[in-house]
Amino acid sequence: MNIVHVKINGIPVEVEEGTSVLNAAKKAGVRIPTLCYHDDLKPFGSCGLCIVKQEGSAKILRACAAPVNEGLSVITNDNELYEVRKTILELILSTHPSSCLTCIRNGECELQDLAAEFGIREQPFEVRISDRERDDSSASIVLDPEKCIKCGRCVQVCQDLQGVFALEFIGRGDDTVMAPAAMLKLEDSPCVRCGQCAAHFPVGAIYEKDEISSFRQAVADPEKQVVVQIAPSIRVGLSESFGLPAGTVTTKKIYAALRRLGAVSVHDTNFGADLTIMEEGSELVGRLTKGGALPQLTSCCPAWIDYVQKYYPDLLDHVSSAKSPMQMVGAIEKTYFAKKMDIDPAKLFTVAIMPCTAKKYEAIRDESMHASGFQDVDLVLTTREFARLIKSSGIDFLHLEEEEADSPIGDYSGAGTIFGATGGVMEAAVRTAYHVVTGKEMDRVEVESVRGLAEIKKGSVDFDGTPVRVAVVHGLSHVDELLDEIRAAKAEGKQAPYEFIEVMACRGGCIAGGGQPYGANDILRKERSAGLYADDKNSAVRCSHQNPSIMKLYEEFLDKPLSETAHHLLHTTYQELPVYKA
Amino acid sequence: MSDNNEFTFSPQLVAFIKEWKTKPGNLIMVLHRVQQEQGYISREAADQVASLLDVPLATIWGVVSFYHFFKLTKPGEHNIQVCMGTACYLKGAQAIIDELDKQLHLPVGAVTEDGIFSLEAVRCVGCCGLAPVMTVGGEVFGKVTKDQVAGIIAKFR
Repeated sequence: MNIVHVKINGIPVEVEEGTSVLNAAKKAGVRIPTLCYHDDLKPFGSCGLCIVKQEGSAKILRACAAPVNEGLSVITNDNELYEVRKTILELILSTHPSSCLTCIRNGECELQDLAAEFGIREQPFEVRISDRERDDSSASIVLDPEKCIKCGRCVQVCQDLQGVFALEFIGRGDDTVMAPAAMLKLEDSPCVRCGQCAAHFPVGAIYEKDEISSFRQAVADPEKQVVVQIAPSIRVGLSESFGLPAGTVTTKKIYAALRRLGAVSVHDTNFGADLTIMEEGSELVGRLTKGGALPQLTSCCPAWIDYVQKYYPDLLDHVSSAKSPMQMVGAIEKTYFAKKMDIDPAKLFTVAIMPCTAKKYEAIRDESMHASGFQDVDLVLTTREFARLIKSSGIDFLHLEEEEADSPIGDYSGAGTIFGATGGVMEAAVRTAYHVVTGKEMDRVEVESVRGLAEIKKGSVDFDGTPVRVAVVHGLSHVDELLDEIRAAKAEGKQAPYEFIEVMACRGGCIAGGGQPYGANDILRKERSAGLYADDKNSAVRCSHQNPSIMKLYEEFLDKPLSETAHHLLHTTYQELPVYKA
Repeated sequence: MSDNNEFTFSPQLVAFIKEWKTKPGNLIMVLHRVQQEQGYISREAADQVASLLDVPLATIWGVVSFYHFFKLTKPGEHNIQVCMGTACYLKGAQAIIDELDKQLHLPVGAVTEDGIFSLEAVRCVGCCGLAPVMTVGGEVFGKVTKDQVAGIIAKFR
């Protein structure tokens, strides 16, 4: 790469040729305001807030989209640029409701922040707010077009990052709207409910379906016993909502907070992750030794399941029948746990705190989610809802004394905790499958080849002389490459060169899921993942099959992996879904 | 997915789409041909194009909603265009539009209940010397007065 010399407000800085002016300025310690720009997305240049002046030229550049070249000198701030940017903001605000106080993004809104920074004190332009109806057809996500600022992030996320194409720019110019094709409802569109649009959107036009009130009602109901499980990624995600550095592990404060919120028993989805590994790992071993569609595809991510049911129904026999850790915990809570604790399962209200909007839908997806005879998981709250719940309940989170989860569904191994990061399910599965196949334990449990943010990671694990070829993909837009490879191989009557493939819909895995705190980019993804890997390293037990409470669960209740009871409670089936429901 | 099993493109149109499938910039070209054959881009037609070209329906909807040329609703058997370009406008095109609405209860952008006429306001049909101009189907009527409107419509009943 060619290094070039540029000046930002006279500050010399050396960067690679082709770096954007925006990133060169960052290197020079200069902040240029942006609104439509996001680190995860290609520069789009729709808002115009990042304009800068090029010295020696009348040209105005959009810093996000303009690459630097040798000798470039830009001015990023003067009175004229300030006035132009302020006018841009005023124009955006003229089409945006001033209902900040009652908006779900209040205090966490990029437009609100900019309006504050620029000292916007009046509304000089005629206000015109869209009267398009709110779309709350989805179990996971709400679209509120009146707040849309037409930055285009949602469409870019849906198409470029996720390859789902549920949202598109419809119409032109001032009348453009971001909506599904044919102006359909989101629920009738190809939307897989991953929530990445909501996590990336700068304002409150797309957001998670807020169900905090259902939680409050449940804990206030004397007829209900509320139990709560927390997903792996919550322990590293929630910290950001309380001003702690990204990746800070707050597991035990979260357990304490849950008891103060009214949970009678505090559980951990990591237990379910360990259980998933037992079932899914045994399924893999079965396919390897007794036959079955290979490669096996993981099944814990509900957005991915929706995607494969819509776009690759011919590959459904490759998908593991194991339910997600959340659903496994729900089913075990309303059967094994209820019996053990002598609680009527009809009175048990099971809550899951998830980094994911699609989980809200998964809980009601089909009949198999009622395996216990009741709805296995009654309520799913995202990390963002959970943070608001804590804050609005008078809990001083940062100063809580640490507490432990309740045994047995609070006990987990290090393998369970890394489920939240891309490659984590694979690594956890390898640790246990190795044991099942070889009868031995791995000398070193870390599987580095499947960690990190490379879009598709491939590796081979030696199972005592038998190589098991694995691949890991995250970000749905990259999954087609592997699925097409499987399809092509099948057409020739062959097996694609993998035995096991892990898929997570969101880039980085659940640590950057659609329900996690705002602002995820690759820097935060690495920090959040590092938190999970540290939690794994600090765990006394590193492998799912060594979790004593899992062993006990099989002894006392399930018998063995893939037993009849396990099949009934912990496995599901899939069917082809139309890409468009209407 | 719209279930319309009876919906089909002509063999020529399917052949045209297949010929263009791998060429860059094919979508607009294909949609032009679809509209030429079908009169508009129906949801069924858009689904069909999506499947034949292997392009997301959302992308197709983005294109057809961007260009005014593409129609998303079925036009009447006889599509009426009234020119609202500068010359025609000054020569009283609005009076023609008002008269059409009065006679047919047909505002701009709508189709009559019996599906026979539809009305659109267009920008210049290329014969300003005949202003004000209206066209019905392909037929051009120049120097149209309000009083002539009923007679023109009657020709197409």
